[in-house]
Amino acid sequence: MERIALLTSTLFYLFSFGHTLYALGAGRFRPGRFNFIAMALGAIMQGWYLSLRGAAEHACPIGNLSETLIFLSWSISLIYLVIGATYRLSLMGAFTAPLVLLLQIVALLLPNEVHASFFRPNPWVEAHAALSLVAFGAFGLAAVAGLMFLVQEGQLKSRRPAPIFHHLPPINILSEATLRLLWVGFLLLTLSFASGLLAHLAVAGGKFFFSIFIWLFYAAILFGSKFGVLSGKRFAWASSLAFLLALILLPVIEHLSGRS
Amino acid sequence: MNILCAGLNHRTAHLDVRERFAVHENEMEGLLGRLRAIEGVSGAVMLSTCNRVELYASSLCPMRALEGFRSILAERAGLEAPLYYHATPQAVRHLFRVASGLDSMVIGETEILGQVKKAYSVAADAGAATRPLHKLFQHAFRVAKSVRTETQITSGPTSIGSVAVELAGKIFGSLEDRRVMILGAGEISERTARSLQSRGVRSVIVSNRTYERAAQLAAEIGGMALHFDHWEKSFADIDILISSTNAPHAILTPEKLAPLMKLRRGAPLFVIDLAVPRDADPAINEMEGVFLYDIDSLEQIAAQSLDIRRQEVVRCESLIEQHVGGFISWMRSIHAPESHASRRTA
Repeated sequence: MERIALLTSTLFYLFSFGHTLYALGAGRFRPGRFNFIAMALGAIMQGWYLSLRGAAEHACPIGNLSETLIFLSWSISLIYLVIGATYRLSLMGAFTAPLVLLLQIVALLLPNEVHASFFRPNPWVEAHAALSLVAFGAFGLAAVAGLMFLVQEGQLKSRRPAPIFHHLPPINILSEATLRLLWVGFLLLTLSFASGLLAHLAVAGGKFFFSIFIWLFYAAILFGSKFGVLSGKRFAWASSLAFLLALILLPVIEHLSGRS
Repeated sequence: MNILCAGLNHRTAHLDVRERFAVHENEMEGLLGRLRAIEGVSGAVMLSTCNRVELYASSLCPMRALEGFRSILAERAGLEAPLYYHATPQAVRHLFRVASGLDSMVIGETEILGQVKKAYSVAADAGAATRPLHKLFQHAFRVAKSVRTETQITSGPTSIGSVAVELAGKIFGSLEDRRVMILGAGEISERTARSLQSRGVRSVIVSNRTYERAAQLAAEIGGMALHFDHWEKSFADIDILISSTNAPHAILTPEKLAPLMKLRRGAPLFVIDLAVPRDADPAINEMEGVFLYDIDSLEQIAAQSLDIRRQEVVRCESLIEQHVGGFISWMRSIHAPESHASRRTA
């Protein structure tokens, strides 16, 4: 049943991505309901999968890298569904679907055995892990908005914009969306660290170092934006690169978590 | 029953001819009454815009309706109207093309749909629209909507002013709180500033070498005049700079802008250079946060949009053809019992 839920959600994301590619190829850039509905169904199926895993493990289902990636991809989808519906950022779904799909496919290819050391009855530990992944969901969507900014800024600078230019949101709005998402992610990550402290979590040195490094990186981006040091393009690059870095470090942190 | 379309438009008549046949809104009801009094005309809708004056009528005898229309127009304008005319199904196709913006001077413009809706509403309120005309116009509105949503016929801006507005929108989003500075009070700058004002810009500063001219333009567009020597002092507060001075060399260079951009704390700047020779060194476009568009790049975008629209015409025509077929089938279906009955009577 778990496998069916996971494969179905992957298919929905694949449909969303495929439809986006087809629509863009055919020169149709209007945000369609199809993509939004496919993403929503994908998130529902992922939610179902995670609830089944949670019930089986009696814990938040992030017991291995595969589950962690699925949880992260689910967080990104959910935040997109809220942001997409609220701010109606045109084409955001088109940029989010490939990221979510990629995370899901990598998760499907990874072994799905839960670490022996995973079972944690402490609710603060659960909150710590779940909050940090939702925070990275927000960072993921901030990276998507940053990427959209870079595409639109490139179009504006080129002075010969392609048809996609007319359908992408304004750079100011994208910059604002990136900033808000970074703040949401940063606050959630800080809360996650606080709950880790409350749980008296014994953290391996490497994991602690990488986690603090990412937190400081995001703090520096927000600081740079607030005081005009990082403007527009650099801010968008920084938010995209920070998430890429976080994705690269995630397996390392996950490995260290398994040992801690 | 036949649908007749007769009229003149921007392709068949020059503006000085079209303006003589134009029908004012106040005269519409009276004219519709006169048209319906023509023998064989059961219903009429008159469309009068700056680019066309057209009659859509339901009639048993289209040629008689056409002659009646011709003589009414000649009597009103004092000259013979250079009319074109179409009967079913061409008349149906023509209205669908008109409502979709395919017959407009700027292909794909959307203002015409509102004008067609208004013409229909006036005729419907005056009781001049018959069942086939009601059905025809309702169908035309659906066709226009479908053409707009299923093709790119309305894609992109098509004039310098609208290109500037779209670019500004793609940089800043809402233009309501944006501040514009005009450097050099030329006609094209004024038009561009007015386009931006029509999209919400409230604050405009005008600076010109001759202060009187700046003050005059500022008064006309509701802006504020500034001495030319002081324009750099207001630079940190503006978002859009429209430049069209007669300077023989670039007045906006990276060296000049670099310290000014620092004052802006990363806020983007949209520079619209309408001057020839150019006021802005092209190198400023490489500066972070500066988006420079000169007259050539603005015209290229407008031309690009028109090209896209032209390429879409074939898709639009094919969509329209399907709808013409649908409407003609409906017309046949309502006349089928009549024709059977008339055959039986004969």
